[in-house]
Amino acid sequence: MGEAIVITSGKGGVGKTTTTANIGTALALMEKKVCLIDTDIGLRNLDVIMGLENRIIYDIVDVIEQRCKLKQALIKDKRFDYLSLLPAAQTSDKAAVTKDGMETIVSELKQEYDYIIIDCPAGIEQGFQNAVTGADKAIVITTPEKSSVRDADRIVGLLENESIDPPKLVINRIRNHMMKNGDMLDIDDIIQILSIDLIGIVVDDDEVIKASNNGEPIALQGNSKASIAYRNIARRMLGETVPLQSLEDEKGMFYKVKKFFGMRT
Amino acid sequence: MLDSKQMITIKGTKDGLTLFIDDHSSFEAILDELSDKLSEYKPKKDEPVVPVTVKLGDRYLNDRQKKQLNELISAKNCFTIHAFDSNVVHRDEALTWKEESEIRVVNRIVRSGQVLEYVGDLLLVGDVNPGGKVITTGNIFIMGNLLGIAHAGVNGDRDAVIAASYMKPNQLRIADYISRAPDYDSEGVYMECGLIDKEQDKIVIDRLQVLSRKRKDISGFERRMLNG
Ligand SMILES: Nc1ncnc2c1ncn2[C@@H]1O[C@H](COP(=O)(O)OP(=O)(O)O)[C@@H](O)[C@H]1O
Ligand SMILES: [Mg+2]
Repeated sequence: MGEAIVITSGKGGVGKTTTTANIGTALALMEKKVCLIDTDIGLRNLDVIMGLENRIIYDIVDVIEQRCKLKQALIKDKRFDYLSLLPAAQTSDKAAVTKDGMETIVSELKQEYDYIIIDCPAGIEQGFQNAVTGADKAIVITTPEKSSVRDADRIVGLLENESIDPPKLVINRIRNHMMKNGDMLDIDDIIQILSIDLIGIVVDDDEVIKASNNGEPIALQGNSKASIAYRNIARRMLGETVPLQSLEDEKGMFYKVKKFFGMRT
Repeated sequence: MLDSKQMITIKGTKDGLTLFIDDHSSFEAILDELSDKLSEYKPKKDEPVVPVTVKLGDRYLNDRQKKQLNELISAKNCFTIHAFDSNVVHRDEALTWKEESEIRVVNRIVRSGQVLEYVGDLLLVGDVNPGGKVITTGNIFIMGNLLGIAHAGVNGDRDAVIAASYMKPNQLRIADYISRAPDYDSEGVYMECGLIDKEQDKIVIDRLQVLSRKRKDISGFERRMLNG
């Protein structure tokens, strides 16, 4: 039996889809069987970042409305045998996706895959509810900005109502010089407010955008900071203890992050 | 008329009149006697309205009876009931008092968009994050960071206070008063409390130590007993 993890944030554009693609890819690199689900109906992106857009025939709404079998809608990744994507619908009505439909899909996928990673739409409405329904765990993404942390806090509060483990936190798009100048919230501030466990920090890196544009998630590339960051998150999900990346280019500078645990398995 | 034993005794004090009502007679008999007594009274013109305190002894009056008395006494526009004073309270009332005077201990984080609402005093062990809100009819004590909104004395108790280990709130509200954080980015304060300052007619923030002087009856039950 695999486990389902929803990637959520409240606010849009903070990196949910990027994180889904990269954590999924990193887990596949470690020979896990992974299925990604895009639940952002009408604004699907995950297929583009994964470079799988051209292969879509059926989507999640087709599955829910029983126009095809779940297996038929899954798109196999170009690079890994056991990495698949269930794409969102681009045109159908959002209301087509229901909690029941999601639950059925997720529990069926859990039979075959180790990890089901669910990319959540922005907001706290029905789309969020659907994405969260089938999940066992959650990862909340925030950037070091007040508004983003505020929305993450709201999401953590809403997740308390679900039968889900306390979520883990990813802080994305960190710009070290801004943090140092106090122009961005620093990591300790963010953790203090949200008081959930940190599972990774990812620097802001142009390479992430380039890689996404090429349909090759950055986690596939050798040694950029962001790619190591995403692979570290995956390792922590598997229970490894991996120290946080230093944000400085030179060695020696570490953040005094008090709360840091791997994802419980 | 039973004149042998007076059912109603009236005394003048510097604060107005005090009406002692014998607690053995029937309520109807009392209304009769009172209306007789009042009819003897011929008010002079331009006399100020006299406040009346009604001492009930061991008698309990329900709301309807209080209303009847009130109508009778204020009928001539020269008296007004200032307070009823009885040795007995109704069980429901006592339970409400008890509820309002209990301190509730809650251990959690109140996150953005969440509202924690209680009757009585609240001791929150945890933070109120920006956009989170706690509301009580009594005092609010927070062992943690108050960064959101706290509203104490929501039913109008202006003596209620808000205390926190650290506070840098979006807003403090006490009864019908509101104060908000300044627009510039300010530092928070440690171990302080917000309370209404009567002279300045606004909420002020002060050291916790002032409470022992300014809010002696901070325990909810005593407050209730004294103020009804
Ligand atoms: N670590 C990063 N460094 C640089 N750009 C990033 C990073 N993470 C995300 N982005 C960019 O931010 C934008 C929004 O990311 P996306 O994953 O689509 O957010 P969401 O799914 O939360 O709306 C995209 O253009 C993406 O390439
Ligand atoms: Mg997205």
